[in-house]
Amino acid sequence: MKVLVAVKRVIDYNVKVRVKPDNTGVDLTNVKMAMNPFCEIAVEEAVRLKEKGVVSEIVVVSIGPKVAQEQVRTSLALGADRGILIETDEDVQALDVAKLLKAVVEKEQPNLVILGKQSIDSDNNQTGQMLAALTGMAQGTFASEVAVDGDKVNVTREIDGGLVTVALNLPAVVTTDLRLNEPRYASLPNIMKAKKKPLEMTSPADLGVELKPRLTTLKVEEPATRQAGIKVADVAELVDKLKNEAKVI
Amino acid sequence: MSILVIADHENGSLKAATLNVVSAAKAMGGDVELLVVGENCGAAAEAAAKVEGVSKVLVADNAAYGHQLAENLSLLVADLGKGYSHIVASAGTTGKDFLPRVAALLDVAQISDIVSVESADTFKRPIYAGNAIATVQSSDSVKVITVRTTAFDPVSAEGGSASVENVDGAQDAGISAFVSAEIAKSDRPDLTSAEIVVSGGRGMQNGENFKMLEAVADKLGAAVGASRAAVDAGFVPNDMQVGQTGKIVAPNLYIAVGISGAIQHLAGMSGSKVIVAINKDEEAPIFQVADYGLVADLFDAVPELDKAL
Repeated sequence: MKVLVAVKRVIDYNVKVRVKPDNTGVDLTNVKMAMNPFCEIAVEEAVRLKEKGVVSEIVVVSIGPKVAQEQVRTSLALGADRGILIETDEDVQALDVAKLLKAVVEKEQPNLVILGKQSIDSDNNQTGQMLAALTGMAQGTFASEVAVDGDKVNVTREIDGGLVTVALNLPAVVTTDLRLNEPRYASLPNIMKAKKKPLEMTSPADLGVELKPRLTTLKVEEPATRQAGIKVADVAELVDKLKNEAKVI
Repeated sequence: MSILVIADHENGSLKAATLNVVSAAKAMGGDVELLVVGENCGAAAEAAAKVEGVSKVLVADNAAYGHQLAENLSLLVADLGKGYSHIVASAGTTGKDFLPRVAALLDVAQISDIVSVESADTFKRPIYAGNAIATVQSSDSVKVITVRTTAFDPVSAEGGSASVENVDGAQDAGISAFVSAEIAKSDRPDLTSAEIVVSGGRGMQNGENFKMLEAVADKLGAAVGASRAAVDAGFVPNDMQVGQTGKIVAPNLYIAVGISGAIQHLAGMSGSKVIVAINKDEEAPIFQVADYGLVADLFDAVPELDKAL
């Protein structure tokens, strides 16, 4: 079977972001960019399914500026077979991302689509669910275990109270949680090989999707900062402060 | 203008998060109606009718909704929701699961995890793990929104007298099925609504050592949380994780034990009223946000704290 994996180029998770002084957004110039951590887990899961012999082909798709090719190449180095970059310099919102991915799904006809549960920049946690809705597929969100079983996939999901397992008809959409797997590193020979793998460039217009942003960001600001408090000398002082100063216990 | 709020409920009782979501919905302006959807949810619907400020309760009680499968819930909510100005749910795992699906079915955007209502179409929400706050305006006719419950004071669970109406029929997409669940059992308060939270990180070294935190938590009537490092190392189950990708908490008192304070952890607890850090590394970033910091070995400090309480 064929798997489609969607990956996003985002600011590296270790970077402390800075809000632009004019409050129009976050400063991304000269900032280290990387593949969204949840997307790495999605690629890894697809590669593991291929290693198990369940999957025969892995197609990776990304949407973004030309430099997002780097993240597609990284996916190819990790074991994906071919890549697609939907090139656009616009800031594409979740619903439009889902519509673009739907167009790719219609073309590629994958049996399974794997995405990260959220991107660490916009923190939306929407795209997988929206894609599932638009394509009429079942969804297994926040997955910590994925087991393909004939024409179904069993997905164990992380929910507030614990875990729940659902059986989904294929084709289905799965979004990854951190616990699903531990992504591998790309080896140098694999990085070299990835340069020869096919990468198709396309655009929203080629796919017949018109971007229609519905949300306008009016302002981006720093959160209220917390001031560092005091250091206490010992446990007795701590308990005393909590009882008599902060009055929280 | 009416607002449809999807109630959070479990085992026949209404969850406290619903009261925070109703409070956020009221700030949007308009009539607030509550939808209770599930199987055998009559008692939750009765409780919903008493919630302050709710004008009507809709009840969709059917086996198809028994396990809150997103495929089925979203068909119902998208269908019912068409006539409302806002469709609102809490940003728990259920809301995050089905609501974007509703938004896509209605061909509208979703605004996730709002922390403030500026006006009927403008909201604030954290981005980049809470390191920036975006003010966003929606141009959609129906606003689909999830609410960060810790950012809104709850309305009263009593005093309302809403009418209760049944929603007939069931929407079953027939593409997914419940198999099994593994629900963590605990006598302690729910992590997201606890007044006090005691959390452990990598410094705890193993799961057995979490018993020390549990002893302190029991004396304080607190919930026990964990950092991702503690969850990944297998010390405790993942539903205890506090952070960007775990639960967002904002208790009166948060005690971080053996937690360095990575960006992703701070995203989940920096809204707490008072933060205490116990860490032997005085350079740990957690001390930059802690109101009270104790530089000490947790294996000495925690038993001492237990004794002192």
